[in-house]
Amino acid sequence: MANLLKWTGQAVFYAVLAAVIGYFAAAPAYRHFAADQALIKMTFTHGGEYKGGCRRRTAKELQEIAPNMRKDFDCPRDRVPVVVELDVDGATVYRASHDPSGLHGDGPANMYQGFPVPAGEHTVAVRLRDTARDSGFDYTREGRFTLAPGQLLVVQFRAEAGGFIFRE
Amino acid sequence: MTWLQRPVRAAFDIAELGLDRVFSQHWNPLHHLGALGFFMYWIVAASGIYLYIFFDTGITAAYSSVEYMTNDQWYLAGVMRSLHRYASDAMVLFMVIHMAREFGLDRYRGVRWFTWSTGVPIIVLLFVCGITGYWLVWDQLAQFVAVRSTEWLDWLPIFGTPTAANFLTPESLDDRFFSLMIFIHIAAPLILLLILWIHLQRVSRPQINPPRGLAVGMFAMMLALSLVMPATSHAPADLSTVVSVVRLDWYYLGLYPLMDYWSAGTVWAALTVVLLTVMFLPWMPPMRRAATARVYLDHCNGCVRCVDDCPFGAVSMVPRTDGAKFAEEALVDPDLCVSCGICVGACPSSTPFRRRGEIVTGIDLPDFSLADLRAATEAAAEALDGEGRVLVFGCAHGPRPSKKGGTTAFVTLPCIGMLPPSFIDYTLSRGLADGVMLSGCAEDACYHRFGAEWTDARVDRQRDPQLRRRVPRERVRRHWAGRAEGKALSAEIERFADGLRQLGPAASDPLPPSSERILETVESDG
Repeated sequence: MANLLKWTGQAVFYAVLAAVIGYFAAAPAYRHFAADQALIKMTFTHGGEYKGGCRRRTAKELQEIAPNMRKDFDCPRDRVPVVVELDVDGATVYRASHDPSGLHGDGPANMYQGFPVPAGEHTVAVRLRDTARDSGFDYTREGRFTLAPGQLLVVQFRAEAGGFIFRE
Repeated sequence: MTWLQRPVRAAFDIAELGLDRVFSQHWNPLHHLGALGFFMYWIVAASGIYLYIFFDTGITAAYSSVEYMTNDQWYLAGVMRSLHRYASDAMVLFMVIHMAREFGLDRYRGVRWFTWSTGVPIIVLLFVCGITGYWLVWDQLAQFVAVRSTEWLDWLPIFGTPTAANFLTPESLDDRFFSLMIFIHIAAPLILLLILWIHLQRVSRPQINPPRGLAVGMFAMMLALSLVMPATSHAPADLSTVVSVVRLDWYYLGLYPLMDYWSAGTVWAALTVVLLTVMFLPWMPPMRRAATARVYLDHCNGCVRCVDDCPFGAVSMVPRTDGAKFAEEALVDPDLCVSCGICVGACPSSTPFRRRGEIVTGIDLPDFSLADLRAATEAAAEALDGEGRVLVFGCAHGPRPSKKGGTTAFVTLPCIGMLPPSFIDYTLSRGLADGVMLSGCAEDACYHRFGAEWTDARVDRQRDPQLRRRVPRERVRRHWAGRAEGKALSAEIERFADGLRQLGPAASDPLPPSSERILETVESDG
């Protein structure tokens, strides 16, 4: 009788352990994204133009530089920040200035961000400035999209492709 | 930290008590948590090797190969997949319980800091293994994990461009990505194995395999679970959509929802704080350690028994330094010694049978010496009164009898393994008590790892120093149990005392003066 109780107890233990392992291996389900929403993801990796032009070094300056380091022109490495704006249905939902990466500020600026919107029809407009000017934008694009629930609209910027790309 | 340890320990005391009764002490899963983790590792490794035969690295091939295994070859590859998943989950579960138990028992501070702190990289690597595993299936859960993981990693200023951008469109991903992931998924467990080896470096005779019966039970449970609830995939990944609902594996992916509520930086900060806190827990606050064992060369003949018995490899043999005729002497490493006294119990010089001069042995604990033990034994025996007197030598970490006084007296040792068998002989032959009860932690759950095991072997004359044959075995009883079993210990003492009353008083047999230098060595009497 005692043995029967022991074996039964062990069976119950294993059953409970299996249930705990099995249940939490795939449950409870987690809702990561609302069912009636779509997502606009905007991303770019782009370097703004250099802050200043190159300057010819004087003969005296060249003399002061080690021979193996001498270059006739002194070109600043710093880049200007990249300014972007995103409008959805005429309202600006994102406006930011992205600094260049790198210790010397000479790398590309990066952006990767998602903007949930209700599923449905939307007008999306994007603008980007990568030059030293104070106002206005160097690249703009606008599009009208009908986004299904859970759909992803990717807004990428590729200078080599001529600017913004929309991918539905 | 005691305020937190106390309830944890109490919970484990109760759980161990119940499982001792259901499984027996030897099969109690809570006594083999580390070994069960290892056992699950081998299940994961074996099933993983089989799955690798059929797994195809490719954007569409990965998913279809997993589907083939799950549906077409469900009877073998599908079961292997389920075993792979559930054994991985069980590893996390056993690891967490293992940590909680060691914390509750206060077995993570002092000398044990090394084993505890090297467990932290194991946690990290285990999660790397699990997360990359889910990534390989390339279903919607994998997509969720991939996007969330890379968005989280991108917070660190180590990537030139956002790596999450690789998962924006189907075209941005290529087959080589899966080759990289499978490389990480295979390399991480191998590194994990290396860290596990380091984790056990300061533990002598580490138990890395559970008892066979428990292993069979666990494997049968895993197999049954795999057949009843086979692991399945979500729909295939589709990078043009946002994953909405996922059936998370909460063992490995439980932190991912946090990323929806906290910024990536906050999650990094929280995780770093938690891991560093766990890693440096042994110093919050540091353990006040008892003085470590000390070798007395005049009484050490280099017999190596203390080296064999030390649970933490704190004693080693070195060339003799005192010019004695023996080749080697014992040397204690204070950084490894937990002051359990098991070496004192192992030393053949540890005997209370001396009438002249102070009791000195080959290796002793300064804070509770052999002389202290004899004094405590004699003092406890003096308090005994009536028929069926029982002197209990008990471990400080084991159960305590609910009733003392009268026919029962208790001598507390740091570990029952500290008790030289000659003390049993001494107690009975001098008529200090009618019976000796040895009490300590449950089997396979000794606080200092081998106290009960070595004591059993010494009493059963299977390990030196052995209990002399002349000691009447019917007057010696052993009781190994969890801390919560104080009442059971009292009942056992009562039953023992009843038996002793029927036997009558122990024959007092003071040794003649010529025997005062008897050492409890390997004897050949009988």
